[in-house]
Amino acid sequence: MGRIVAAMSGGVDSSVTAALLAAEERDGGDEVVGVWMRLAPDEGEGWELRRSCCSPDAADDARRVAQLAGIPFFVLNLEREFGTQVIDAFVDGYLDGATPNPCQACNQYIKFDVLLQRGLAAYGADAVATGHYARIATGPDGIHRLLRARDETKDQTYFLWTLTQAQLAATRFPLGELTKPEVRALAARLALPTADKPESQEICFVPLGNYRDLLAERRGYAGDPGPIIDGTGARLGTHTGYAHYTVGQRHGLGIAAGEPVYVREVRPASNTIVVGRRDEVASSAFTASGRHFIGGDPPAERFRAEVRIRHRGGMVPAEVTLVGDDRFTVETDAPVWAPAPGQAAVLYAGDEVLGGGRIVSQAA
Amino acid sequence: MAIYLDHAATSPLRPAVLEAMLPYFATHAGNPSSLHASGRRARQGVDEARERVAASIGARPREIVFTAGGTEADNLAVKGVAWAASPRGRHLIVSAVEHRAVLNAVAVLERSGFEVTTVGVDRHGRVDPAEVSAALTDRTTLVSIMAANNEVGTLQPIAEIGALVRDHPACFHVDAVQWAAHLAVDVDAWQADLVSLSAHKLGGPQGVGALFVRRGTQLLPQLQGGSQERQRRAGTENVAGIVGMAAAFDAVHGEAATREPERARLATIVDEAWAGLLAIDGIERTGHPEARLPNNVSAVVDGVEGGDLVAALDLEGIEVSTGSACTSGSTEPSHVLLAMGIDPHRAHGSLRITLGPESGARDVATMLDVLGRVVARLRGHGVRAVAAGPA
Repeated sequence: MGRIVAAMSGGVDSSVTAALLAAEERDGGDEVVGVWMRLAPDEGEGWELRRSCCSPDAADDARRVAQLAGIPFFVLNLEREFGTQVIDAFVDGYLDGATPNPCQACNQYIKFDVLLQRGLAAYGADAVATGHYARIATGPDGIHRLLRARDETKDQTYFLWTLTQAQLAATRFPLGELTKPEVRALAARLALPTADKPESQEICFVPLGNYRDLLAERRGYAGDPGPIIDGTGARLGTHTGYAHYTVGQRHGLGIAAGEPVYVREVRPASNTIVVGRRDEVASSAFTASGRHFIGGDPPAERFRAEVRIRHRGGMVPAEVTLVGDDRFTVETDAPVWAPAPGQAAVLYAGDEVLGGGRIVSQAA
Repeated sequence: MAIYLDHAATSPLRPAVLEAMLPYFATHAGNPSSLHASGRRARQGVDEARERVAASIGARPREIVFTAGGTEADNLAVKGVAWAASPRGRHLIVSAVEHRAVLNAVAVLERSGFEVTTVGVDRHGRVDPAEVSAALTDRTTLVSIMAANNEVGTLQPIAEIGALVRDHPACFHVDAVQWAAHLAVDVDAWQADLVSLSAHKLGGPQGVGALFVRRGTQLLPQLQGGSQERQRRAGTENVAGIVGMAAAFDAVHGEAATREPERARLATIVDEAWAGLLAIDGIERTGHPEARLPNNVSAVVDGVEGGDLVAALDLEGIEVSTGSACTSGSTEPSHVLLAMGIDPHRAHGSLRITLGPESGARDVATMLDVLGRVVARLRGHGVRAVAAGPA
């Protein structure tokens, strides 16, 4: 019999994941080990009141669920890894003038790298299960394919495009065929203490959505005022520091123009923010780098796909063209809103996630 | 059934202890402060227990203050003496390898203006008595040194330190929680003014401990309330727990005829554990080679994270520790290992195996067998490598 690590955050999704696997174990399935990752230190002002999966309450909830499910439970301390691979990367993204993607970084480097490796080596497991809404299908050719969740509204594949064949082979998504209401109903039926827990929406380490303090704390970036210009170079106002802005942002610009304007581009080198009208921020062409195809090879040098540039964003039909060894360009059939450097461009063929890359520029 | 090799964290309740406690939950239940028969019966249980615990450490019964455990005993000793003696001086001396109960208690005092000198240890975790002596000033009111370390098992030269502190007005506190689980305590030989004890490290119940307070020692109580424990520790006594503590001390420190064979038996299997452990590549003993607790086998294992090792062993039915149950889940390596000069990176691989009366030679053999396999797996042998995806 095999052994499987259930990653438990203390939220309802991973609680149900662990409980479902524990039920399978009782029916002769794999042995289940619950693991909660400590990603932030239990100290500092107000740590006890912190919300999200980094809080002590989340650890308590995960432990209670593991007790009720009758599975062993361990705390894995990944503060250091999370600090560098996710929080520092997030901060550095802003300092590069990009829009970082911390949930994807957490999946790629924490859950499907460190946790997976530790799960295999430390716990002697064959696989790690998470509460992601996504599906894995393995074809007769032995190739693992990543598919969108049955619950379209909860699909999390946007954050999973970096998964490799080796990672998918050792990954289970027990919730992929379930809808959120079904998961909540299961949690209630199993009387899990997390059944009614609200959904976490914000970035877990930026509780109030204000990341400016983090820039100052981790990299000493206090913000340096600079010009806000339009496409013609005309100065429209003054910003508080380029790293405080992201592409597509409308609020906080302090510009009293008649027509609403949005951030179009962040230029770190000259500490400049470029703004434009709504139609100027939309784009039909952009380039991505660090490309990765889940099946191994890209479908063709040039192919049709649907592209998504933000979590739960629309799926837009597009023409994808490979460029060199690392890049691809995307030409969408209709303009998409604010493709931001740093965000992922994830490519789909129907339900299947083909792969993706990180947006580097708007000009294709 | 798991093989339990973590007696320094807590040791299973001895059957004789449980038997001694049971009446005090039922037929002998009562509040020792009550004037009626039930109260008197409970009071008798506490009085007898006090006599037995006192006798086992060479103290007078009235010098025993029962507490809710070793941590409370440490806090009462450290804060109680520091505050009571504060008009005379505000300087305290501790060692770098004390239990958190002492270190965090003095940290709180530091914030209230007390001055704390922390004496270091050598690579075996031993305090140099001369260093303690050199740190004494005319403002020093307390010296607190543990008798045996809970993580690496090193025994301190307590009697030597006691002799040096004797000629000084400072009080000498000894945290003997781990020592008393195996070795005899003699408060006079140590010349100690205060000694902390715990019941659950030697087969007694959790939640009960005691502080020896030498007659004449000024102590500011840390709990305010009734006049129990000669006004040194308010609150209704944990009667069954106190009775259980006395029974556990009897079992370990009682008749030499029953004590000696068990010591010899333990020594044999501990030797086997050491031989097997040190035969594995990249494992080094921590703590003193000879002056150490007779049941403690502690080491650093290269190339593994202690927490992973403990989890991996647990999943194979072997229960051990990284060093201290009180700091589990922490990302910082043990303060004890760091004080001993062990490289922080290596200190992450700490392992503590502590045997007890029900541990047998077969348990040790099984543990060694599993340990060898698990360490190899943790070092990456036979495990698929899974890369992190695109850069």
